Amino acid sequence: MIRDLLIISIGAILINNFVLVQFLGICPFLGVSKKVETAFGMGMAVIFVMLCASALTWIVQKYLLDPFGLGYLQTIAFILVIAVLVQLVEMFLQKSVPSLYNSLGVYLPLITTNCAVLGVAIQNITKFGTAEMSFLKSLTYGTSAAIGFTLAIVLFAGVRERLETSDIPDFLKGMPIVLVTAALLSIAFLGFSGLSFQ
Amino acid sequence: MNQILLAVLIIGGMGLLFGALLGIAGKLFAVKVDERVPMILEILPGANCGGCGYAGCSAYANALAEGGVRPNMCPVGGTDAAEKISQILGVENDDKEKLVARVLCNGTPERALQKYIFDGPMDCYSANRLGGGEKICPHGCLGFGSCVKVCQFDAISIQNGVAVVDVEKCVACGACAKECPKKIIKILPAKSKYTITCKSVEKGKVTRHDCIVGCIGCGICAKNCPQEAITVKDNLAAIDPLKCINCGICMEKCPQHAINKID
Repeated sequence: MIRDLLIISIGAILINNFVLVQFLGICPFLGVSKKVETAFGMGMAVIFVMLCASALTWIVQKYLLDPFGLGYLQTIAFILVIAVLVQLVEMFLQKSVPSLYNSLGVYLPLITTNCAVLGVAIQNITKFGTAEMSFLKSLTYGTSAAIGFTLAIVLFAGVRERLETSDIPDFLKGMPIVLVTAALLSIAFLGFSGLSFQ
Repeated sequence: MNQILLAVLIIGGMGLLFGALLGIAGKLFAVKVDERVPMILEILPGANCGGCGYAGCSAYANALAEGGVRPNMCPVGGTDAAEKISQILGVENDDKEKLVARVLCNGTPERALQKYIFDGPMDCYSANRLGGGEKICPHGCLGFGSCVKVCQFDAISIQNGVAVVDVEKCVACGACAKECPKKIIKILPAKSKYTITCKSVEKGKVTRHDCIVGCIGCGICAKNCPQEAITVKDNLAAIDPLKCINCGICMEKCPQHAINKID
């Protein structure tokens, strides 16, 4: 069992990293990665949202949607759950860490429509279903995906901080070099696809 | 029919439940907002251009409500907005306040360590290109008078290797501040006669080594200021000219003599 969870976890963090391999959640990945500090804060917010979203969407799927055959309402129901969670995180941050709240800016409410969060919720259901042990697996997958997101965004922010002071050719200044860097990081993460647990 | 009703009930029920939850959380995590902030926001243009120097209109409104910020910094709203804002805040609209250029360095050659003698073309940009100038301190006045050349009012001169502004003649046009390659000339309100004549953001130990009159960010001035007008950020003190009452305590207390009275 533990072995299963570990495989799921490493798979979501490294091999199928949400941002760098599955290309989900690119928006905050590019938007909030100017400073390591805010990137880390964003990562923490995403970890919280994804963990709670995994748990809640599993419950919604198992006890509300499945028994009544309402699987087609999955997307709207999940978005509802995620939106509420993001609102909660936003209120909490505004109250207790206003500096982080200000630096995250518009990207915080944007987690609501972040495809990474919805992606994790839907992948949970398609991958593990709602059968036995799937709750634990969903939680593990959700948390690991968010840890993977945090890892990617913090690494990327570190590179971007260095870029600030480096001598970049004029035609690459600004977004182009950022996208090139993201692509290189993505290639680096593709190296993990060789990992196998058979 | 049943199916549709069920779907409506379930999604509606979830919506209601979450709505109630958010309502409770909203009360729980309520942040006290200064009631003047939304009023100021009404007046500000809402373009979020950042012309005031803040991240956007709401950031500027917050800073205004907190105090210590001039109400006339919005270039879009102009004097109109400034007047309305100052009414809300109950402060005087010091629109006509006199500004003056201040040189934030007092590191004459005998005070600031030098790493070499520059004998190239006598202008600051040339000196700055060669390892950032003669002084070890990367924020020191280069003293080659590029600012003097651009001043049309004969208000700035080099005295003992450091630029000095003649307050009487200065009209705060900002030409020198723009020209200075080290960006150590700032246009500040003339009201506050005391200026921290240092711009070094290096660690205190480094600054102390480089220059005997550098601000080391010890914060003694901030502790002693009766108006709490001094803040220390990045190892550098800054006086809020709006709060300063020219008592001079900071200058007396500064162990580095980095605060000077310029009249």
